[in-house]
Amino acid sequence: MIEIKDLHKSYKMGSNSLHVLKGINFKAEEGELVAIMGSSGSGKSTLLNILGMLDVADEGEYILDGVPIKDLNETKAANYRNKFLGFIFQSFNLINYKNALENVALPLYYQRMPRKARQEKALKYLELVGLKDWAHHLPSELSGGQKQRVAIARAMAAEPKVVLADELTGALDSVTSYEVMDLVQKINDQGNTILVVTHEDDIAHMCKRIIHLKDGVIEKDEKVKQVRASEYV
Amino acid sequence: MFDIERWQEIFDTIRKNKLRTFLTGLSVASGIFILVILLGFGQGMQNGIAHEFEQDASTSVWVWPGVTSKEYKGLNPGRRIQLTNENYETAANLFHDVIENKSPRNFVRNITVNYGKEALVYGVQGVSAQFQFIENVTMSEGRFINYLDESNTGKVAIIGNKIKRDVFTDVDSPVGELIEISGIPFKIIGVFGEQEEREEERIYIPITTAQRVFNGGDRINHMSYTLPPVENFDQAVAQAVSFKNEMKAYVQQAHTIAPDDTSGVEVWSAMEEAKRYYSLTGNIKFFFWFVGICTIIAGVVGVSNIMLIVVKERTREIGIRKALGAKPWSIVGMILHESIFVTAISGFGGLIFSMGLLEIVGPHIEVDYIINPSVNFTVAISTVFVLILAGTIAGFFPAWRAARIHTIEALRDV
Repeated sequence: MIEIKDLHKSYKMGSNSLHVLKGINFKAEEGELVAIMGSSGSGKSTLLNILGMLDVADEGEYILDGVPIKDLNETKAANYRNKFLGFIFQSFNLINYKNALENVALPLYYQRMPRKARQEKALKYLELVGLKDWAHHLPSELSGGQKQRVAIARAMAAEPKVVLADELTGALDSVTSYEVMDLVQKINDQGNTILVVTHEDDIAHMCKRIIHLKDGVIEKDEKVKQVRASEYV
Repeated sequence: MFDIERWQEIFDTIRKNKLRTFLTGLSVASGIFILVILLGFGQGMQNGIAHEFEQDASTSVWVWPGVTSKEYKGLNPGRRIQLTNENYETAANLFHDVIENKSPRNFVRNITVNYGKEALVYGVQGVSAQFQFIENVTMSEGRFINYLDESNTGKVAIIGNKIKRDVFTDVDSPVGELIEISGIPFKIIGVFGEQEEREEERIYIPITTAQRVFNGGDRINHMSYTLPPVENFDQAVAQAVSFKNEMKAYVQQAHTIAPDDTSGVEVWSAMEEAKRYYSLTGNIKFFFWFVGICTIIAGVVGVSNIMLIVVKERTREIGIRKALGAKPWSIVGMILHESIFVTAISGFGGLIFSMGLLEIVGPHIEVDYIINPSVNFTVAISTVFVLILAGTIAGFFPAWRAARIHTIEALRDV
């Protein structure tokens, strides 16, 4: 599903150049649940941004579902993001003046889906994350865990090839974190490919595979025995 | 371009950001409001000045003598010039093809006026029949002096409305009443009205009577004329100026006044005066336009400022939209679409409000030099479009910048 070869990225800081990614290679198959771990500065966010087409690599190849991602301009990247990717962020990033349903429906708007169909589909995904009754609440009326579940519903609504999650439990307490991970695992069980960036060990072990990043290279890439989050809930 | 989804998205945004929308709209609406009111008063001022000039016939020309200030052909300066009937007749012959109406005027002095036992202190002037059209008086009762009165040296008088109101309170109409001028009875045959009350405090008698009965000899104080109306204002001014110069030359020649002597004879033309006032109104109008355009510029700057703030406030939202697959042009389109919609609605709102105010209040405003302020609808509506267009251009850059926002930075935790 995802294949990257020899990925390099450096940032210019004044006259200095900071080499963040120093040749990353990995493959993720369909249905995988991969955690990308590393301390801060290890390059994990940069890698996720490149995977999410929010940033471009200096060197290397990136193939997503057989499509080589290169020569991106803004419009093309927007198209790919809309078609291929779903995002879940640490700070939820819901639009605060739109209610849960409208937030979930937003990626579908950019897919040019008619309003009625969008709302039906958005409601279906809200039901999936257990928030059907909260569809008409604003984000400010929801708890952190609920917000993140709305965000997960939004990421899933566009039916992406890959879901990218950046520290999705970073702003949540541990009980809520496990609830959210339980949901992520269930979605993964249905065959969705999910990449989770995290620095928390317990969250990482709820995935099926952990990639350890250190100083811009992959230090270790291991398959792990998945810990079911439902055991903690 | 009519994309129902986009419209729904924009209405959603507007509905959920009422304060922001209201503030943007308010700045636009007040800009338009101020502009329309300013333009309205510019027009009102023009109306007012035009009204002031309706008092006298707009093509009137007046000639009166003065005292020479220059030595000429052996004559000393300081000579008092006196116009005579002969001058008047000669001038009438000389200029008969350019004159429309003509009349001499003689101030009758050292007289007493009585109505019964009441002494009246109004000025008495001897004039000719066409003086009515030169002073632009309207007869409210009776008639003005005619040629028969003049040839008969008739003892008839025309009085102003003010005199009627002040003196003839006991009779239905002053017409037919007798007044005594220095003991000689004069029959009132008409009452006239003027634009200005001051000019209604006059008693007119035939010029011939004034000269013969009151020892005026063949002297006259003023020669007054109107020139025939001309369609074009500039032509009318040119006509007045050329008549004025020829008339001056004639009087100077007849009385041996140096051609460059400015005080020997005065010729005043309403047309020239009007031209000065019209260029003044032109300047005032220009000034109001200038202020108005500055207001519009301020409005545009205001709108683009608000847009800039809006974009800043929405940075995160824009980042989210982009992450969810919004294309740059769709971001630009969304922001512009919203701003054009808000500007247009509030612009028209301000327009309707200010025009309504002018329509309702305008006709009641009648102070000196300002009458019925009103505004040309086409002008007003085109300013709204200018504002919308300028607001769009001004709003485009913040919107474009918004679309270029780096998604990662937009989403970074604040």
